[in-house]
Amino acid sequence: MQTFLDFISFKDPNVMYVILGMICINSSSALIGTFAFLRKRSLIGDAIAHSLLPGICLGFIAAGDKRMIFLFLGAFLTGWFSTFLVDYIVNRSKIKQDAAIGIVLSSFFALGIVLLTYIQNAGYTNQGGLNGFLFGQAAAINRDEIYLFALILLIILVAILVFYRSFILISFNAEFAQSIGLPVRWIEFLMTSLTVLATASGIQALGVVLMSALIVTPAAAARFWTHKLSRMLVIGVVFSVFSGIVGAYISYTHAATPTGPWVVAVLSVITLLSFTVSTKSGILANFLRARKNKIKILQETILKTIFHYHERRGLAQNLDSVLTPTDLLSVRVYDTYQLQKGIKRLIRLGFLVAKEKGFTLTENGKIEGRRIVRLHRLWEHYLLKRTTIDALHVHSGAEAIEHILSPEIEKELERELGIVGIPTKDF
Amino acid sequence: MREACAIEVHNLTTTYGGAPVLWDIDFELPAGHIIGIIGPNGSGKTTLLKTIMGLLPASSGYVKIFDKDLEQIRHKISYVPQRESVDWDFPASVFDIVMMGRYRKNNLFKRTNKTDLEIVLQSIEKVGLTKYKDRQIAQLSGGQQQRVFIARALAQKADIYLMDEPFVGVDAATEHSILKLLKEMRDLGKTVLIIHHDLQTVSDYFDYLVLLNTRLIAKGTPQEVLTEENLTNAYGGQLTLLAKVANLIKVNQFPIREKDVDL
Repeated sequence: MQTFLDFISFKDPNVMYVILGMICINSSSALIGTFAFLRKRSLIGDAIAHSLLPGICLGFIAAGDKRMIFLFLGAFLTGWFSTFLVDYIVNRSKIKQDAAIGIVLSSFFALGIVLLTYIQNAGYTNQGGLNGFLFGQAAAINRDEIYLFALILLIILVAILVFYRSFILISFNAEFAQSIGLPVRWIEFLMTSLTVLATASGIQALGVVLMSALIVTPAAAARFWTHKLSRMLVIGVVFSVFSGIVGAYISYTHAATPTGPWVVAVLSVITLLSFTVSTKSGILANFLRARKNKIKILQETILKTIFHYHERRGLAQNLDSVLTPTDLLSVRVYDTYQLQKGIKRLIRLGFLVAKEKGFTLTENGKIEGRRIVRLHRLWEHYLLKRTTIDALHVHSGAEAIEHILSPEIEKELERELGIVGIPTKDF
Repeated sequence: MREACAIEVHNLTTTYGGAPVLWDIDFELPAGHIIGIIGPNGSGKTTLLKTIMGLLPASSGYVKIFDKDLEQIRHKISYVPQRESVDWDFPASVFDIVMMGRYRKNNLFKRTNKTDLEIVLQSIEKVGLTKYKDRQIAQLSGGQQQRVFIARALAQKADIYLMDEPFVGVDAATEHSILKLLKEMRDLGKTVLIIHHDLQTVSDYFDYLVLLNTRLIAKGTPQEVLTEENLTNAYGGQLTLLAKVANLIKVNQFPIREKDVDL
């Protein structure tokens, strides 16, 4: 608890730098990453991130120490060069983009590790901590670097505001953008450069290995929650910054652990949750929908069975008998537990009313029961009239469909078949 | 009197990986007609449209539109790509996509004005999607998505429309409503160039036809083009020699014409 209070009260001034840094870095990467995601260029982020390592090392060798600006410039240059190489390989050979990304990514990363080892063995006095660039050490962010990260965020924000329409147009339909005379190549170059910039800003806090997650994952998670691009951008930023700060906190309280993995772990949990619980398309929604359908089918089937019970005794006109579950089981096979549950629900919903020795239909229940039977039989007649189907099979075909036919479709069926009331013929 | 010429394609050759996809195509298309481009699969129909629109570079020859270069008259041309060429899961509504039809090179930084808004709503109305204006495009049927593309083209207020297979994946009712719209546009003097694959409907839909198979097989009115000889030439596998020569060119990376030959 004490560490948590220390963390949020900025007792350690470094904590504030970390939080500010995370806000800038994660916002930059989530914003520009959304467009990379929409352009199906997510993997490019991976190539860029891994290609930053040799740049960092070259920057270090050039400067002789760990001044961020040199490392950053080196990283930006090799990161950018890697995207150029990927495009070059794709355009000039039969190699497809996924393979080209794999080739470039591994070559650059290998080169980076070679350089890193060289630096460690070459007796540079202040190379300690260069390892941190692999998996990130957010605690190492200092004041000057915050200015750099804020500047990058500003550049990306301004670019998105100014080029919003162009970015959308090219992400959705680049050929159309070109057809209205937009300088598509130039704007794509700008988007790629901004992606490199955002990725490079994260080398210190998150490390080159996992930085690509911050390009792809926030957009992917945000997509589950909205159909609007503007909202997707905001949600992506919120997810990413939240993960950044939580990840930095965990890494702060466990001093030996790098920041990158924690941030990405938190982000992954958010993505997984989004995938599971988000509206309409998530797993949870699908599960709930399936459950709801099951209950609906059970209830409607019970009401239908009550109708059938009466019909067999020539009582379809009044439907007034008091019934027990056993009576229903004489008409149709049920799982008794399910049947009891369904009857209870129907009583609660006012379709059935409990009597001394069982239950009977309410007025609403009668209407509902007749409706289901009617839909079932209308659909049977429709299938027999419009398609080639054996009369033996038409009943099972109508069993599920009766539950989803809407009142509009009911009217259309009625009109098409010219049937009023409940058809007496059952199949 | 000679009819005004909307599109002049002069000795156009476009290559892909060294092999000619379009080879010495040369024709002039009259303005104010619905013109069909037909030909078998892989005959270069889409390539032709893209080369006219400047999306693919021509290796030789040129295209003139109303006697002008493309750059001078780009704002008068509307291009409708194949529906399958984009990802319809993109986070945008019908309105957002049709609004793209109002984007111009020089207004991309401006806010939408009232005229734009009116034109967009009108275009959506014309294709009968007003009810779905705010719907996410992923939730539309194939036919509705195609109509979104048509509405975007209408919003461009162009004089020439280049459409790549607008009737693919569209139900019969939608096909007829699109065709009705195109005829209205033609009656307003617009030129519509359409890639079409269904030979059954060709003579009903088009006033003028271009029959392609890498080379220009025939052009003219449907009666002139749809002769048995032309169709056999285009579809009947009679052009194997042409394909063999194209392949030779590709394998040897051979130039398609000698440098100084006068066009």
